[in-house]
Amino acid sequence: MASGVAAWLPFARAAAIGWMPVANMPMPIAPTEKNKRADELIVLNVSGRRFETWRNTLDRYPDTLLGSSEKEFFYNEETKEYFFDRDADVFRAVLNFYRTGKLHYPRSECITSYDEELSFFGIIPEIIGDCCYEEYKDRRRENQERLMDDDEDKKDAKLPNMTFRETMWRAFENPHTSTMALVFYYVTGFFIAISVLTNVVETVPCGATPNTKEVTCGDRYTVAFFCMDTACVLIFTVEYLMRLFAAPSRYRFMRSVMSIIDVVAILPYYIGLVMTDNEDVSGAFVTLRVFRVFRIFKFSRHSQGLRILGYTLKSCASELGFLLFSLTMAIIIFATVMFYAEKGSTSSKFTSIPASFWYTIVTMTTLGYGDMVPKTIAGKIFGSICSLSGVLVIALPVPVIVSNFSRIYHQNQRADKRRAQKMQKARLARIRISKTGSSNAFLHSKRNGLFSEALELTSSIEEEQHLSKNQSLLESQHHHLLHCLEKTTNHEFADELCYEQSYLEGALQSYPSQSPSLSSQEGMTGTCCTRHTKRNHAPLPNSSIPTCALSHTHPHHNLQELSTIHIQPLNTSRSSLNMRVDEPARLNCQSGTITTAIISIPTPPATTPESDAHPPPPGPTLQNVVKVSAL
Amino acid sequence: RKKLLPVHDSVEDDFELSTVCHRPEGLDKLQEQTKFTKKELQVLYRGFKNECPSGVVNEETFKTIYSKFFPQGDSGAYAHFLFEAFDTNKNGSVSFEDFVIGLSIILRGTINDRLNWAFNLYDLNKDGCITKEEMMDIMKSIYDMMGKYTYPCMQDEAPREHVESFFQKMDRNNDGVVTIDEFIESCQKDENIMQSMQLFDNVI
Repeated sequence: MASGVAAWLPFARAAAIGWMPVANMPMPIAPTEKNKRADELIVLNVSGRRFETWRNTLDRYPDTLLGSSEKEFFYNEETKEYFFDRDADVFRAVLNFYRTGKLHYPRSECITSYDEELSFFGIIPEIIGDCCYEEYKDRRRENQERLMDDDEDKKDAKLPNMTFRETMWRAFENPHTSTMALVFYYVTGFFIAISVLTNVVETVPCGATPNTKEVTCGDRYTVAFFCMDTACVLIFTVEYLMRLFAAPSRYRFMRSVMSIIDVVAILPYYIGLVMTDNEDVSGAFVTLRVFRVFRIFKFSRHSQGLRILGYTLKSCASELGFLLFSLTMAIIIFATVMFYAEKGSTSSKFTSIPASFWYTIVTMTTLGYGDMVPKTIAGKIFGSICSLSGVLVIALPVPVIVSNFSRIYHQNQRADKRRAQKMQKARLARIRISKTGSSNAFLHSKRNGLFSEALELTSSIEEEQHLSKNQSLLESQHHHLLHCLEKTTNHEFADELCYEQSYLEGALQSYPSQSPSLSSQEGMTGTCCTRHTKRNHAPLPNSSIPTCALSHTHPHHNLQELSTIHIQPLNTSRSSLNMRVDEPARLNCQSGTITTAIISIPTPPATTPESDAHPPPPGPTLQNVVKVSAL
Repeated sequence: RKKLLPVHDSVEDDFELSTVCHRPEGLDKLQEQTKFTKKELQVLYRGFKNECPSGVVNEETFKTIYSKFFPQGDSGAYAHFLFEAFDTNKNGSVSFEDFVIGLSIILRGTINDRLNWAFNLYDLNKDGCITKEEMMDIMKSIYDMMGKYTYPCMQDEAPREHVESFFQKMDRNNDGVVTIDEFIESCQKDENIMQSMQLFDNVI
């Protein structure tokens, strides 16, 4: 029950008077306050700072430390106060939770100390109010990241008994763990640089022999460059194979971006080896060489900044897409306009719209090569508009990309969002559970409450206290209220499972009527959970079978529901038969139009009373039943 | 004593309500008007003020508070009827006086007072008699509070049948309405009802 409105429970109970004239059945007895005492002030001494509050305020949340009897452990007899050796500032927030029903997170507090205090006082952080929840979650996330970063530093610690493969993988991933790894790291870096350099130098024209034309260095020193290339590719291949061997999950490694870059870097060489000087494919062979430039991406293993740039571009995909799209639109528009504007002029370079694309791009990006210029006046006017708008269109998405980069540089955005979404789902789930928990709590404790009523009738005080101590007075009053509603409408609360089952059974309408055998009884117990007592699982073989059972009913283990008699409109064999409150619990069975029977099973010895001691008076029962059947 | 602070924008209703600050009459006066002791009034007021700092309850808050006690069903309709019953001067808000006077009748009044109050609750248009339609509304609102998941499954005719049996019991002269005298007479004859009217005596 939402305890923030616990003070209104008396009102809700009083308002139930509106049901009374309408109800046809007697109401259950109200729970009495056994030790009713006037509301008193209690003093909570937290590290010297004294807080005072009403006892009722703390009783609102009986499943926390202060609301339950757990606080008695902290009671100081001499000073007549409860002493807690905890942080007084955080306690303010905790106490305000009881007072207002909302838990706030004081921003000046450290997140870990706050969490500790909450867990000490038995309060779950998920109920922090919306005003403070975001802040709380942010701080928590930062703290966890800090812990994760610490863990990553610790991750480099060498575990004992690592296999050779694991050692290799660790060496590859964290080069500073061992000297060999460091050497390997620098060697590969060096060779990547060499390879890139060779590719570049290959194309530089160097020296011309007197009677031939200028040749590139690559053509002049073919063998040398070829050897250099081979060496690099060999190193890269060996590196790739070693990584593949050491990877804990080879399949995942092969799919990763870095390994694809590695493959693309070395593949052209091998393809080139395979394809010899075949004239047809030599063109393709040349383009393959272009792919060699991808070797430069291998540097991203060596550079953190490069990786972040890659992440940024990936995460800004939508902004980049928007930039591209808007540029395309503008280009097409302006190209069309320029083409038609320049159509008239002679010897115009704007021969077609696609040809005008080049002009538009060059103008919008403010490059202005000058190879294409408009000559007509209209063309010049539109040209100037084009260049002005180009500045705007490009300037708009760029800051977004920049801010993205800085954001990613500080945090890993993706993982946070995923984690935050998971937390949100968990929080909603918890709130939902606590909401259904309150209604389930009623269903579960219904029998306990009724049991205690039976005990009240037979006046065995000890069991009564034993049972009802588990339930706060507030809860029992709330459950009594719900029980009255059930009586008024002659229906019971059920949870989803039972509802569906009873719905199905109502549809079926066919039952084995006489089967009081144990096995079927046990089978039936599984079908409806509201009937299934949680507490006293007396095994059925111990129970005595009813003396008469006309149609098979759902057996009660040890507990009778004492309040009403339910009549099934349909001839289902399942029912739960309950007693009037003011009549002692007793055995009963009857015949005729009412296809119900009471089975009473003696309770386990720990919880005594009833049925055997009281033989059923059939008279009032029948009358009782008749009265009910008037419904 | 109603103290109206300046209202900035009369269009916004909830803003208006929050600027209205209602202080109830003195404790002594309330004690005369109701049958509660001073301590009981104190406890009641503390709870009331905690939930409604402005001193009055409007219907929305009333419905919200009441719905917290009935998580499974929809208690909006019944809460509306209750609000109408408590709001004796029909100004759309229940002040602490209204609240406590109503509670005093229910909890500390004589049986006849309580029956009168219940009749007043059922008689939606306050014309002195309960028609079948009014009773149907009330009955439906009570059944709505049970929610969907009940055992046995809630049939659609259940409220109607209940109304029929109610009229059978209460309507002496079978004229289709239940007047206050018929109501009180029939209730006094029914032991169950008599007993249950006193069920919540020690709620406070």
